[in-house]
Amino acid sequence: MTTPALEIDRLSVTFEDFVALKEVSLTVAPGESFGLVGESGSGKSTLLRAVAGLSPVSGGTIKVDGKLLDGKRSKAFYRRVQMVFQDPYGCLHPRQTVDRLLLEPLVIHGFSDTETRIVRALDEVGLGSGFRFRYSHQLSGGQRQRVAIARALILEPSILLLDEPTSALDASVQAEVLNLLEEVRAARNLTFVMVSHDLAVVTHMCDRLMVMQQGREVELLASADLVSGNVRRDYTRNLLVASEGFQRPA
Amino acid sequence: MSALLEVEDLRVSFPTRTGVIEAVRGVSFTLGRERLGIVGESGSGKSQTGRAIMGLTAEHGRISAGKLEFSGIDLINISKAERRALRGNRIAMILQDPKYSLNPVMTIGRQIIETLRTHERIGRSAARRRALDMLAAVQIRDPERVFDLYPHEVSGGMGQRAMIAMMLVAGPELLIADEPTSALDVTVQLEVLGILNRLVAERGMGLIFISHDLRLVSSFCDRVLVMYAGRIVEELAAGQLAQAKHPYTQGLLNCMPRIGNDRHPLPVLDRRPEWAL
Repeated sequence: MTTPALEIDRLSVTFEDFVALKEVSLTVAPGESFGLVGESGSGKSTLLRAVAGLSPVSGGTIKVDGKLLDGKRSKAFYRRVQMVFQDPYGCLHPRQTVDRLLLEPLVIHGFSDTETRIVRALDEVGLGSGFRFRYSHQLSGGQRQRVAIARALILEPSILLLDEPTSALDASVQAEVLNLLEEVRAARNLTFVMVSHDLAVVTHMCDRLMVMQQGREVELLASADLVSGNVRRDYTRNLLVASEGFQRPA
Repeated sequence: MSALLEVEDLRVSFPTRTGVIEAVRGVSFTLGRERLGIVGESGSGKSQTGRAIMGLTAEHGRISAGKLEFSGIDLINISKAERRALRGNRIAMILQDPKYSLNPVMTIGRQIIETLRTHERIGRSAARRRALDMLAAVQIRDPERVFDLYPHEVSGGMGQRAMIAMMLVAGPELLIADEPTSALDVTVQLEVLGILNRLVAERGMGLIFISHDLRLVSSFCDRVLVMYAGRIVEELAAGQLAQAKHPYTQGLLNCMPRIGNDRHPLPVLDRRPEWAL
């Protein structure tokens, strides 16, 4: 058996007295796309942030490519694992041009051929070099999210952590960004861990998914199970019904 | 059916340093005591249409209309004071996020009473009773407790119910709901829509429901207007979503991922310049 790209074992996260994540375990194979679904407060983002080293872990273990993560993440870790955040308005530095934003990770990790890499990264996300010297406030929401994806991809990571990458976008722009993510995953054989509150988006993007509620696992499903309605827990069933929209009482 | 609201050739524009931005460019419709949905993406002018009717367009914005009448009152030419008397009393508006649109330093109960006492001569204890009844009507289980809470002490769903209570307490005839459930979780969203649905039906109000979510709107409203670049591109009866003719409406419907309908890549909108003419 190949080493899993990500292996989480009984992970718990506590903020002071509040248990945000309680003993959640999951395994993601290399090249797999895995989804985390749940409503606010379900712990889905906390889990993702714990992997990136942004949540206070109080128990359990996280392994990336079989290596145990402990305490502060190393530089090498961030070359392997990158994250795309939800809010395209909040996650780009407002006083830096796109060029500067993309240059920073390259400088930190000591790349020399920065020029070609920046041009290539912009091309890859469909922006072109015309956007290179703009500020983030000169871009639309979808363009900003493309810059955020370019910034994550520029280090050529193997795992991408996606925290609601399209929920702040219009439906038509969401479709474009989801297509882009699928393209880059196919081209680079990336592993995705994607968080979303939208069952349809996760089913579209992921092979397997975990439904979460109040910091715990509700159930682990294949996307095909959701399509065929083969779910075991009432909570998941409720989510499925709710995702179909409002039904007027007769 | 007599019209509650008549809008004819409504235009809203904002002068900026780089020229005039026309947010709404000639919108016309009539509303009876029915539910009308206005759908569009960001920048389509849907919210500015609602704000213009409510009288909440930013100070420097310019509004013009062939006609903007609410039950026979000309909304363009009345004074600010007359506008204020209508607002919250006969026309009310529910906003997207209770976290930002409720007063953070005032308890929920006091905010409801404030609305009531602005528009009616009513004693303290009677106002309190009305507010508590209203909180019960939006299915808040323990109105006495919620009455004394501050907005930050309640969940998003509860906050949105409180906002609905606040907006409906004066008994408006026209309710404008601008993305009332977009900030809520899906299951909570359905509860809030259920409450709104019941109250609008019971009280015979006219409702304008503004949202980016075409499916949600068409499941909730009788009629849907689709806006693009400041204009209405298509009007649909809610049940006839599948028969949408305009390529923009069709595109909006198609680009959403749906469970059990696997398409890779998703179809994207091919925006044509002639749509914005």
